[in-house]
Amino acid sequence: MNRVYLDFNATTPVEPAVLDAMLPYFSANFANASSIHTPGQRARNAVETAREQVADLIGANPKEIIFTSGGTESDNHAIFGIVGPALSRNTAPHIITSAIEHEAVLNCCQAAEKQGASVTYLSVDKNGRVDPAAVRAAIHPETVLVTIMHANNELGTVQPLEEIGEIAKKADIYFHTDAVQSVGKIPVNVNSLAVDLLALSGHKIYAPKGIGAIYIRSGTHLQQLLYGGHHQRGARPGTENVAGIVGLGAAAEMAKKSLAEDAARVSALRDRLEENILQNVPDARPNAAGAPRTPNTTNIIFPGVEGEALLISLDLKGLACSTGAACSSGAVEPSHVLTAIGLSPEDARASLRFSLGRNTTPAEINQALQIIPAAVHQLRQLSPTYR
Amino acid sequence: MNTAAQLESLPVAATTESNAVAVAMSGGVDSSAVAALLQQQGRNVLGLTMQLWNQRRLPELQGDGPAQHRCCSLDDVYDAKRVAQHLNFPHYVVNFEEHFEEKVVRPFVDQYLSGRTPIACTNCNTDVKFEPLLRMARQIGAAKLATGHYARIRKNDDTNRWELLRARDDSKDQSYFLWGLTQEQLSRSEFPLGELSKSEVRDVARAANLPVAEKPESMELCFVPNGNYVQFIQAYSAERGISLNRSKGEIVNEAGEVIGHHQGVHNFTIGQRKGLGFAAGKPLYVSRIDPVANRVVVGDDDALKTTTCEIVDVNWVSCEAATAPLRAFVKIRHKHEAAPATAELFHDGTSGESRLRVTFDTPQRAITRGQGAVLYDGDRVLAGGWIR
Repeated sequence: MNRVYLDFNATTPVEPAVLDAMLPYFSANFANASSIHTPGQRARNAVETAREQVADLIGANPKEIIFTSGGTESDNHAIFGIVGPALSRNTAPHIITSAIEHEAVLNCCQAAEKQGASVTYLSVDKNGRVDPAAVRAAIHPETVLVTIMHANNELGTVQPLEEIGEIAKKADIYFHTDAVQSVGKIPVNVNSLAVDLLALSGHKIYAPKGIGAIYIRSGTHLQQLLYGGHHQRGARPGTENVAGIVGLGAAAEMAKKSLAEDAARVSALRDRLEENILQNVPDARPNAAGAPRTPNTTNIIFPGVEGEALLISLDLKGLACSTGAACSSGAVEPSHVLTAIGLSPEDARASLRFSLGRNTTPAEINQALQIIPAAVHQLRQLSPTYR
Repeated sequence: MNTAAQLESLPVAATTESNAVAVAMSGGVDSSAVAALLQQQGRNVLGLTMQLWNQRRLPELQGDGPAQHRCCSLDDVYDAKRVAQHLNFPHYVVNFEEHFEEKVVRPFVDQYLSGRTPIACTNCNTDVKFEPLLRMARQIGAAKLATGHYARIRKNDDTNRWELLRARDDSKDQSYFLWGLTQEQLSRSEFPLGELSKSEVRDVARAANLPVAEKPESMELCFVPNGNYVQFIQAYSAERGISLNRSKGEIVNEAGEVIGHHQGVHNFTIGQRKGLGFAAGKPLYVSRIDPVANRVVVGDDDALKTTTCEIVDVNWVSCEAATAPLRAFVKIRHKHEAAPATAELFHDGTSGESRLRVTFDTPQRAITRGQGAVLYDGDRVLAGGWIR
């Protein structure tokens, strides 16, 4: 029996075409993109082509793209790049964010708080949406940054960034978004979203792990995060990861080409999976299905079941999915996202996320639908709480 | 490209209820050897490691002690994973942090603060390992849960009861910590090390080339770094916003004369000699702790000796509840040599509880409230409960 992988929000495989594009840059064209000689120029060309490909995917100018090690670095760079100067002036800057951000943003905000910043963590509705009016109401004279994710990793909820971006723009406040979960799944355009800063990650869009980018709107001055050589105009020192960058560029180009088609196919499969689970598993309920979602994500409560036990059962039966957030030991931690949308601790623990990929097949969904209801039934028979 | 095709090389374990056994793996040599033994017997092994305590909590306790001596340290989890990888069976880390705190840590601290000397390991066995972990094991398709405890389980076909017995290796015996197990829990548990000595267990680990074969043993209470209870209780209470009574209290002798002062009863346990804060002519020991009066009573060795005690929350293990007075060897702490006694059930009118009154043939030193008392008949654990 083949395994079914429905955890593409955690990571995606490198597309063969992406891998093919990368391979020459490991050994054959190994040169340092900063070198003056011909091999170096060849590497430089590859890097700059990738910068154009990434910029093209999100409607940016290539000069506004800086390659990083991934989403976490990009978020750190954006947040501390804006808040850092104010912190060093001891002016107690204010940040507005949401309660359902990824840890890469939440923990930056908490670290900034320890250094003297104040942070407003906006609550969300039952679908995980931030109310733009709440953003406006939270702004005060010391506010320097609004950072709200584009799509949520656990729920798929897409935030009304256009409206939030307009509000930030009018108030002349920098606006950052962690778009790691939306880029490649839904159209992302930095101008229509009115963002100044945007984080994206390679391994969520079929490029390798360890490569990502930050979009920095022209004219936005960020305090340096890393110190080193003059690579990438000094904004992000460190010898460029040429192969990774080429992979990110190739993946961005593929995503741009197939995005609409992928979204239609994947959302149809996601809907079939969700509807069938809701029909065939008594009492199952979807989380956050009432808001715009990324096309590949569904999050479902299975009352009376420990999500952790169900996750393990499904894995033993050949289906990979996820629950909550994994901590460093690999154990499941209670999800701050599910708590924030108002779920009881029991319902939060009984929730599982299934996230589909570009290459998920109808046969795989059928196989998942054979496994899930039976596994839930088996667990409920041993549940101390389910009647 | 098809992702399924890519993952094809990871075979899906064919777990069947009858053959599958979950092993509670701490990352130590004992539970790792259990996994190796069961696999050698052709069992379908699933490894489970419990995440019980968040190491980031109570950072003031982190000190300079080596991290591997702490509960749920990442090193231990990785060791368990390495063993599972080496033997090629599925392994998962399961999060019981909330449960562990509610059932083990908080009661431990509360007991200490009320002048008792609790044993967290017994609660952890009864209420964590053989409760949610056992349930998890069954939910994921394992009929039984195996652990690295040194004790034995056998079914007595005459009485139709599951019996709990001491380990063959008396120096490693852990039956004292397992008296709380119900018949249902015993029927679904396996202790494969019960017939082996520690050196035989090491041999099993070495023969299987386990990466933990030479790992040293941890003897400490897992969630208390460096064995410093007092520091832990202070830090945990502070985190809960409970201020401990650290006002000066009296230390009195058996005659009631004040002979010293202390800074909080949580600094003391029955039988303690060190740290009384004053020098006495002859050795003095803590004989009673009164948290209400904030008073510690000390006496010489003889003052610690008593003959009777009451046991509450009695669990009958290898036999039915005895209606008549029962002769047994009773063990009152882990390192105590079980002593002959008569035990009799009685009804306590005030609490409405059924309790056991244990009367030893000869006085025993430091019978301590909060510790377990376990009744043995030879190797068999008849019953156990908490010393009131």
